[in-house]
Amino acid sequence: MKNAIGVEIPEYIEGLGKLEPFQGVWKSIIEDEVPSTNISRTLKAKKPHVSKLCKNLEEAIKRCKPFDGMTVTCHHHLRGGDGVLMQAIKILDEMGIKDITLASSSLTSAHDGLVPYVEKGMITRIFTSGIRGALGDAISVGKLKYPAIIHSHGGRVRDFLTGRIKPDLSVLAASAADEEGNATGAHGPSAFGSMGYADIDARYSRNVIIVTDNLVEYPCVPCTVRQHFIDYVVKVDSIGDATKIASGTTRITNSPMDLRIARIAATVIEHSGLFKNGMSFQVGAGGASLAVAKFLREDMKRKNIIGSFMIGGVTSYGVDMLNEGLFHSIFDVQSFDAAVSTSVLNNPNHIEISCDQYANPNNCGSMTNKLDVVVLGALEVDVDFNVNVITGSSGEIRGASGGHSDTASGANLTVVVCPAFRGRLPIVKDRVHTVVTPGESVDVIVTERGVCVNPAKPNLAAKLKEAGVQVVDIRDLKEEVEKMTGVPAEKQLGDQIVGLVEYRDGTIIDVIYNVKNLS
Amino acid sequence: MTPKFKAQAGTFESSDIMILIEPLEKDSGRKVDISSTVILQFEEDIKKTINQVLDRLQVKDLHLIAKDKGALTQTIEARVETAVKRSLGIQEGTM
Repeated sequence: MKNAIGVEIPEYIEGLGKLEPFQGVWKSIIEDEVPSTNISRTLKAKKPHVSKLCKNLEEAIKRCKPFDGMTVTCHHHLRGGDGVLMQAIKILDEMGIKDITLASSSLTSAHDGLVPYVEKGMITRIFTSGIRGALGDAISVGKLKYPAIIHSHGGRVRDFLTGRIKPDLSVLAASAADEEGNATGAHGPSAFGSMGYADIDARYSRNVIIVTDNLVEYPCVPCTVRQHFIDYVVKVDSIGDATKIASGTTRITNSPMDLRIARIAATVIEHSGLFKNGMSFQVGAGGASLAVAKFLREDMKRKNIIGSFMIGGVTSYGVDMLNEGLFHSIFDVQSFDAAVSTSVLNNPNHIEISCDQYANPNNCGSMTNKLDVVVLGALEVDVDFNVNVITGSSGEIRGASGGHSDTASGANLTVVVCPAFRGRLPIVKDRVHTVVTPGESVDVIVTERGVCVNPAKPNLAAKLKEAGVQVVDIRDLKEEVEKMTGVPAEKQLGDQIVGLVEYRDGTIIDVIYNVKNLS
Repeated sequence: MTPKFKAQAGTFESSDIMILIEPLEKDSGRKVDISSTVILQFEEDIKKTINQVLDRLQVKDLHLIAKDKGALTQTIEARVETAVKRSLGIQEGTM
């Protein structure tokens, strides 16, 4: 069956069940009652003053009675420094547990070590918002038994609530925790800031283990994750590589190209009609995307604009803008550097939120629906304004859906920033290799060679032209770029489905086939 | 024309190409080795561009090593031409 953007979606996939085709950004969310499988936690009363502390992670996992075919979840707040997920998988493997569904909120370069477990069938299913590195390559050539499901951050919460993901065991790292499992990421030697993704696992998983390198006096204050959800607590020497978990501050790029794109994007925002007091704003942490904050900051000061809130993944740059009074508050689901943890801890206007409140499409109050402006990156865009943030130039899985489609759908103005070509590869295509965010929810694409406005927003295009912004037809831009770069050879793909991209409402928006050649 | 000296042009920066040339004995022919970050997408284009420049400069015997980081055609042409001219001793330049 074909979905709303013309992709052929299988009706059923062995090991994953029935699939629903994507019908459009809001159709299924607005029209369909979403059956929630009324998650009931196993009631496991403990007598007073019985300790939850286990002598090591192995003992804690054993006490949770792992079984073949179970679903194991983790969070990715430790980013590339995570040392907990690999430990948990190793222990489960040594216990002989197999056919595991891994549902980590994202997977990073710290998880290349999962490849052997995938190859031998110990892990057979993966639900996640991002896959990179060697694991991405292994899945792309077809080594995972069932196709990996790529969901958005908001979609993950939905998947928990509908029972698409049924977490049996959650192993959650914290930078500080007490003996009952009250836990935070806001302080401690491995502080990583918000625990917004982990909050969901703690609430909805059948067994929850808190792992910390910093066991503090009861009670741990502040605590994001609360003790009445926690089964066991483990003190370990290390939860990972602290230098990769959170270090220093995030710098604005020096790349002239990224700065130029960002300057244009800030001008687009200024003349969009939304640049006024009370504006809410989200920006990504990568190159050109974060650089937009630099120019917006200057523009806001120049025009005396005070925004309302910033949201999402938060960098120290956002914290600086909060401290300067340019925004009233920050709602933080994920922190990107060490300076942010301090702000989460000390600034009452820097508020930690769960991913549910951030982006779940099916609750009645996700904050992405209150966004005015979001600036997002892209690996590829196409003439229909679709955005790919998951597959690379060979068609391999090497990115993350993250909050891309969540914020794009909610924001009044969705700005995608990307160069027109990257190292000879044209970025503007007839059709992106994999659609993560549908063009229906993208308003403007900003490149160094001009700004493309979605034809569905003629008023916006008129406003920008009037302000002197170089507005170009996206098809003309595509041709101009291909004249310079040449047309790349077709990708060498097989016919095995290795990944499914789940839109935030749980429908399937695109299918990823195996690649034959990796560059 | 036949290259006399080892020569190079270009850098290892993104969007550039490094061209290295080694002289070969007369009638050894052309040996062209290409590595590229976009080899899957543009292998044939890169080969064609390099050979066109060599044809235009009438260079027959040489070993050319290209290490490409996604250079555009014009960049490839310029780097190959410069490297060839340096190897012929008809263009000054930093090595």
